[in-house]
Amino acid sequence: MLTCKDFLTSLSDYLDQTADADARRKVEDHINSCPNCWVVHDTTKKTVQIYKGLEPQTLPDDVQDRLMAALEKKMARGST
Amino acid sequence: MTNPITAPSVDADAALVAQAQGGDAAAFTELVRRHDKKIFRLARHITESDEDAEDVLQESFLKAYSHLGGFEGGSKFYTWLVRIAVNESLMKLRKRKSDKFVSLDEPVETEEENIVREIAVWNSPETKYSQKELRGILDDAVTGLSPIYRAVFVLRDIEELSIEETAAILDLSVAAVKTRLLRARLQLREKLTRIFKRKGDDLLAYL
Repeated sequence: MLTCKDFLTSLSDYLDQTADADARRKVEDHINSCPNCWVVHDTTKKTVQIYKGLEPQTLPDDVQDRLMAALEKKMARGST
Repeated sequence: MTNPITAPSVDADAALVAQAQGGDAAAFTELVRRHDKKIFRLARHITESDEDAEDVLQESFLKAYSHLGGFEGGSKFYTWLVRIAVNESLMKLRKRKSDKFVSLDEPVETEEENIVREIAVWNSPETKYSQKELRGILDDAVTGLSPIYRAVFVLRDIEELSIEETAAILDLSVAAVKTRLLRARLQLREKLTRIFKRKGDDLLAYL
Protein backbone atom coordinates (compact mmCIF):
# COMPACT_ATOMS: atom_id res chain seq x y z
CA MET A 1 0.00 0.00 0.00
CA LEU A 2 1.36 3.42 -0.95
CA THR A 3 1.72 6.12 1.66
CA CYS A 4 0.27 9.55 0.85
CA LYS A 5 3.81 10.75 0.20
CA ASP A 6 4.49 7.90 -2.27
CA PHE A 7 1.19 8.65 -3.95
CA LEU A 8 2.22 12.28 -4.56
CA THR A 9 5.57 11.21 -5.99
CA SER A 10 3.81 8.88 -8.45
CA LEU A 11 1.05 11.31 -9.40
CA SER A 12 2.61 12.91 -12.50
CA ASP A 13 3.54 9.59 -14.09
CA TYR A 14 0.07 8.31 -13.31
CA LEU A 15 -1.62 11.32 -14.91
CA ASP A 16 0.68 11.18 -17.95
CA GLN A 17 -0.06 7.46 -18.27
CA THR A 18 3.63 6.66 -18.23
CA ALA A 19 3.36 4.55 -15.07
CA ASP A 20 3.45 0.76 -15.59
CA ALA A 21 0.43 -1.40 -14.74
CA ASP A 22 1.68 -2.26 -11.28
CA ALA A 23 2.37 1.38 -10.39
CA ARG A 24 -1.03 2.42 -11.76
CA ARG A 25 -2.81 -0.16 -9.67
CA LYS A 26 -0.98 1.01 -6.55
CA VAL A 27 -2.05 4.62 -7.16
CA GLU A 28 -5.65 3.52 -7.81
CA ASP A 29 -5.73 1.39 -4.66
CA HIS A 30 -4.46 4.35 -2.68
CA ILE A 31 -6.90 6.96 -3.99
CA ASN A 32 -9.82 4.58 -3.60
CA SER A 33 -9.10 4.29 0.09
CA CYS A 34 -7.76 7.79 0.87
CA PRO A 35 -10.35 10.52 0.26
CA ASN A 36 -7.87 13.40 0.59
CA CYS A 37 -5.53 11.93 -2.00
CA TRP A 38 -8.52 11.25 -4.26
CA VAL A 39 -9.30 14.98 -4.17
CA VAL A 40 -5.64 15.91 -4.79
CA HIS A 41 -5.56 13.49 -7.71
CA ASP A 42 -8.83 14.83 -9.14
CA THR A 43 -7.88 18.51 -8.86
CA THR A 44 -4.35 17.97 -10.19
CA LYS A 45 -5.81 16.11 -13.17
CA LYS A 46 -8.22 19.01 -13.75
CA THR A 47 -5.35 21.50 -13.45
CA VAL A 48 -3.45 19.75 -16.24
CA GLN A 49 -6.59 19.40 -18.38
CA ILE A 50 -7.69 23.00 -18.06
CA TYR A 51 -4.32 24.26 -19.32
CA LYS A 52 -4.17 21.76 -22.15
CA GLY A 53 -7.57 22.88 -23.40
CA LEU A 54 -6.54 26.50 -23.59
CA GLU A 55 -6.37 27.85 -27.14
CA PRO A 56 -3.72 30.50 -27.78
CA GLN A 57 -5.25 33.92 -28.33
CA THR A 58 -4.84 35.51 -31.73
CA LEU A 59 -2.01 38.01 -31.88
CA PRO A 60 -2.93 41.65 -31.34
CA ASP A 61 -3.16 43.26 -34.83
CA ASP A 62 -0.27 45.64 -34.24
CA VAL A 63 1.99 42.84 -32.99
CA GLN A 64 1.14 40.77 -36.07
CA ASP A 65 1.74 43.75 -38.39
CA ARG A 66 5.14 44.50 -36.89
CA LEU A 67 6.13 40.82 -37.10
CA MET A 68 5.19 40.62 -40.77
CA ALA A 69 6.95 43.93 -41.52
CA ALA A 70 10.16 42.73 -39.83
CA LEU A 71 9.96 39.48 -41.76
CA GLU A 72 9.38 41.15 -45.12
CA LYS A 73 12.37 43.40 -44.52
CA LYS A 74 14.52 40.37 -43.75
CA MET A 75 13.26 38.44 -46.76
CA ALA A 76 13.86 41.41 -49.05
CA ARG A 77 17.50 41.28 -47.99
CA GLY A 78 17.49 37.61 -48.91
CA SER A 79 19.48 36.01 -46.13
CA THR A 80 18.62 32.33 -46.36
CA MET B 1 -13.24 23.33 -22.54
CA THR B 2 -15.09 22.56 -25.73
CA ASN B 3 -12.65 23.51 -28.46
CA PRO B 4 -10.50 20.66 -29.68
CA ILE B 5 -6.80 21.36 -29.70
CA THR B 6 -5.81 22.32 -33.21
CA ALA B 7 -2.26 21.11 -33.55
CA PRO B 8 -0.87 22.08 -36.94
CA SER B 9 0.07 18.91 -38.70
CA VAL B 10 3.72 17.99 -38.56
CA ASP B 11 3.72 16.67 -42.13
CA ALA B 12 2.33 19.91 -43.50
CA ASP B 13 5.07 21.75 -41.60
CA ALA B 14 7.71 19.53 -43.15
CA ALA B 15 6.41 20.25 -46.66
CA LEU B 16 6.37 24.00 -45.99
CA VAL B 17 9.90 23.85 -44.56
CA ALA B 18 11.15 22.10 -47.70
CA GLN B 19 9.49 24.75 -49.89
CA ALA B 20 10.85 27.58 -47.77
CA GLN B 21 14.35 26.06 -47.91
CA GLY B 22 13.98 26.11 -51.68
CA GLY B 23 13.45 29.88 -51.51
CA ASP B 24 9.64 30.06 -51.32
CA ALA B 25 9.03 33.09 -49.06
CA ALA B 26 5.27 32.52 -48.99
CA ALA B 27 5.84 29.05 -47.52
CA PHE B 28 7.87 30.55 -44.69
CA THR B 29 5.19 33.17 -44.07
CA GLU B 30 2.67 30.34 -43.78
CA LEU B 31 4.89 28.63 -41.18
CA VAL B 32 4.96 31.89 -39.24
CA ARG B 33 1.17 32.20 -39.36
CA ARG B 34 0.78 28.64 -38.11
CA HIS B 35 2.93 29.11 -35.07
CA ASP B 36 3.06 32.81 -34.18
CA LYS B 37 0.25 32.66 -31.60
CA LYS B 38 1.85 29.83 -29.68
CA ILE B 39 5.33 31.32 -29.80
CA PHE B 40 3.97 34.65 -28.51
CA ARG B 41 2.13 32.89 -25.70
CA LEU B 42 5.21 30.89 -24.78
CA ALA B 43 7.37 34.03 -24.74
CA ARG B 44 4.81 35.91 -22.63
CA HIS B 45 4.70 33.09 -20.12
CA ILE B 46 8.46 32.89 -19.76
CA THR B 47 9.33 36.61 -19.91
CA GLU B 48 6.14 37.83 -18.16
CA SER B 49 6.23 40.91 -20.36
CA ASP B 50 4.25 41.79 -23.51
CA GLU B 51 7.06 43.96 -24.77
CA ASP B 52 9.76 41.31 -24.30
CA ALA B 53 7.44 38.69 -25.75
CA GLU B 54 7.03 40.72 -28.93
CA ASP B 55 10.80 41.06 -29.26
CA VAL B 56 11.18 37.33 -28.73
CA LEU B 57 8.49 36.62 -31.32
CA GLN B 58 10.25 38.69 -33.98
CA GLU B 59 13.75 37.56 -33.12
CA SER B 60 12.75 33.91 -33.09
CA PHE B 61 11.18 33.94 -36.54
CA LEU B 62 13.98 36.06 -37.99
CA LYS B 63 16.52 33.62 -36.58
CA ALA B 64 14.54 30.66 -37.84
CA TYR B 65 14.50 32.26 -41.30
CA SER B 66 18.24 32.90 -41.27
CA HIS B 67 19.07 29.39 -40.07
CA LEU B 68 16.46 27.48 -42.02
CA GLY B 69 19.13 26.18 -44.38
CA GLY B 70 20.76 24.40 -41.45
CA PHE B 71 17.54 22.83 -40.19
CA GLU B 72 17.73 19.19 -41.13
CA GLY B 73 14.31 17.90 -40.31
CA GLY B 74 15.66 15.41 -37.78
CA SER B 75 13.38 17.09 -35.27
CA LYS B 76 10.01 18.71 -35.77
CA PHE B 77 10.08 22.28 -37.05
CA TYR B 78 7.88 23.39 -34.16
CA THR B 79 10.22 21.88 -31.54
CA TRP B 80 13.16 23.56 -33.24
CA LEU B 81 11.29 26.88 -33.21
CA VAL B 82 10.34 26.48 -29.55
CA ARG B 83 13.98 25.89 -28.69
CA ILE B 84 14.95 29.17 -30.37
CA ALA B 85 12.09 31.02 -28.64
CA VAL B 86 12.92 29.58 -25.22
CA ASN B 87 16.56 30.63 -25.56
CA GLU B 88 15.55 34.13 -26.65
CA SER B 89 13.07 34.35 -23.76
CA LEU B 90 15.61 33.24 -21.18
CA MET B 91 18.09 35.78 -22.52
CA LYS B 92 15.48 38.52 -22.03
CA LEU B 93 14.73 37.30 -18.55
CA ARG B 94 18.40 37.24 -17.60
CA LYS B 95 19.01 40.67 -19.08
CA ARG B 96 16.12 42.17 -17.15
CA LYS B 97 17.01 40.56 -13.88
CA SER B 98 20.72 41.12 -14.27
CA ASP B 99 21.14 41.53 -10.52
CA LYS B 100 19.64 38.11 -9.97
CA PHE B 101 20.92 35.50 -12.41
CA VAL B 102 18.13 33.25 -13.53
CA SER B 103 19.24 29.66 -13.44
CA LEU B 104 17.07 26.75 -14.42
CA ASP B 105 19.49 24.45 -12.67
CA GLU B 106 18.97 25.53 -9.10
CA PRO B 107 17.99 22.63 -6.88
CA VAL B 108 14.36 22.22 -5.93
CA GLU B 109 14.01 22.02 -2.21
CA THR B 110 10.35 22.01 -1.30
CA GLU B 111 8.97 18.58 -0.51
CA GLU B 112 5.84 17.71 -2.49
CA GLU B 113 3.72 17.19 0.59
CA ASN B 114 4.50 20.71 1.78
CA ILE B 115 2.97 22.14 -1.39
CA VAL B 116 -0.39 20.45 -0.87
CA ARG B 117 -2.58 22.32 1.60
CA GLU B 118 -5.97 22.96 0.06
CA ILE B 119 -8.03 19.79 -0.15
CA ALA B 120 -11.32 20.69 -1.81
CA VAL B 121 -13.18 19.70 -4.95
CA TRP B 122 -13.70 22.24 -7.73
CA ASN B 123 -16.96 23.89 -8.57
CA SER B 124 -16.88 23.49 -12.41
CA PRO B 125 -14.78 26.56 -13.34
CA GLU B 126 -15.55 26.11 -17.06
CA THR B 127 -19.17 27.02 -16.47
CA LYS B 128 -18.63 29.59 -13.70
CA TYR B 129 -16.19 31.80 -15.59
CA SER B 130 -16.11 33.23 -19.08
CA GLN B 131 -13.25 32.11 -21.34
CA LYS B 132 -11.65 35.51 -20.82
CA GLU B 133 -11.87 35.37 -17.03
CA LEU B 134 -10.60 31.82 -16.98
CA ARG B 135 -7.66 32.71 -19.21
CA GLY B 136 -6.80 35.56 -16.84
CA ILE B 137 -6.92 33.30 -13.78
CA LEU B 138 -4.82 30.60 -15.46
CA ASP B 139 -2.25 33.09 -16.77
CA ASP B 140 -1.88 34.74 -13.37
CA ALA B 141 -1.35 31.37 -11.71
CA VAL B 142 1.46 30.44 -14.13
CA THR B 143 3.04 33.87 -13.78
CA GLY B 144 3.29 33.30 -10.03
CA LEU B 145 5.53 30.25 -10.47
CA SER B 146 9.28 30.68 -10.22
CA PRO B 147 11.14 30.43 -13.56
CA ILE B 148 12.48 26.92 -12.90
CA TYR B 149 8.93 25.56 -12.63
CA ARG B 150 7.33 27.88 -15.14
CA ALA B 151 9.48 26.93 -18.11
CA VAL B 152 8.94 23.20 -17.56
CA PHE B 153 5.19 23.54 -17.06
CA VAL B 154 4.74 25.79 -20.09
CA LEU B 155 6.63 23.46 -22.43
CA ARG B 156 5.13 20.24 -21.14
CA ASP B 157 1.54 21.09 -20.22
CA ILE B 158 0.73 24.15 -22.31
CA GLU B 159 2.81 23.55 -25.45
CA GLU B 160 2.37 19.81 -24.96
CA LEU B 161 5.92 18.78 -25.76
CA SER B 162 7.10 15.43 -24.43
CA ILE B 163 9.15 15.12 -21.25
CA GLU B 164 12.18 14.27 -23.41
CA GLU B 165 11.71 17.26 -25.72
CA THR B 166 11.26 19.55 -22.71
CA ALA B 167 14.45 18.17 -21.15
CA ALA B 168 16.44 18.66 -24.36
CA ILE B 169 15.23 22.24 -24.86
CA LEU B 170 15.91 23.32 -21.28
CA ASP B 171 19.12 21.33 -21.04
CA LEU B 172 17.85 19.44 -17.99
CA SER B 173 17.79 15.73 -17.23
CA VAL B 174 14.53 13.81 -17.69
CA ALA B 175 14.45 13.25 -13.93
CA ALA B 176 14.82 16.98 -13.24
CA VAL B 177 11.99 17.77 -15.67
CA LYS B 178 9.73 15.24 -13.97
CA THR B 179 10.42 16.61 -10.48
CA ARG B 180 9.82 20.18 -11.57
CA LEU B 181 6.72 19.27 -13.53
CA LEU B 182 5.15 17.55 -10.54
CA ARG B 183 5.90 20.48 -8.28
CA ALA B 184 4.67 23.00 -10.83
CA ARG B 185 1.43 21.06 -11.24
CA LEU B 186 0.94 20.82 -7.47
CA GLN B 187 1.62 24.54 -6.98
CA LEU B 188 -0.87 25.44 -9.69
CA ARG B 189 -3.41 23.00 -8.27
CA GLU B 190 -3.01 24.75 -4.95
CA LYS B 191 -3.56 28.23 -6.41
CA LEU B 192 -6.48 27.17 -8.58
CA THR B 193 -8.15 25.22 -5.78
CA ARG B 194 -8.21 28.38 -3.66
CA ILE B 195 -10.15 30.07 -6.46
CA PHE B 196 -12.26 27.20 -7.78
CA LYS B 197 -13.28 25.38 -4.61
CA ARG B 198 -16.92 25.22 -3.62
CA LYS B 199 -17.72 27.66 -0.85
CA GLY B 200 -17.80 26.09 2.59
CA ASP B 201 -16.56 22.83 1.17
CA ASP B 202 -12.98 22.74 2.29
CA LEU B 203 -11.97 19.75 4.31
CA LEU B 204 -15.13 17.71 4.12
CA ALA B 205 -15.56 18.12 0.39
CA TYR B 206 -15.48 14.42 -0.32
CA LEU B 207 -17.89 13.21 2.33
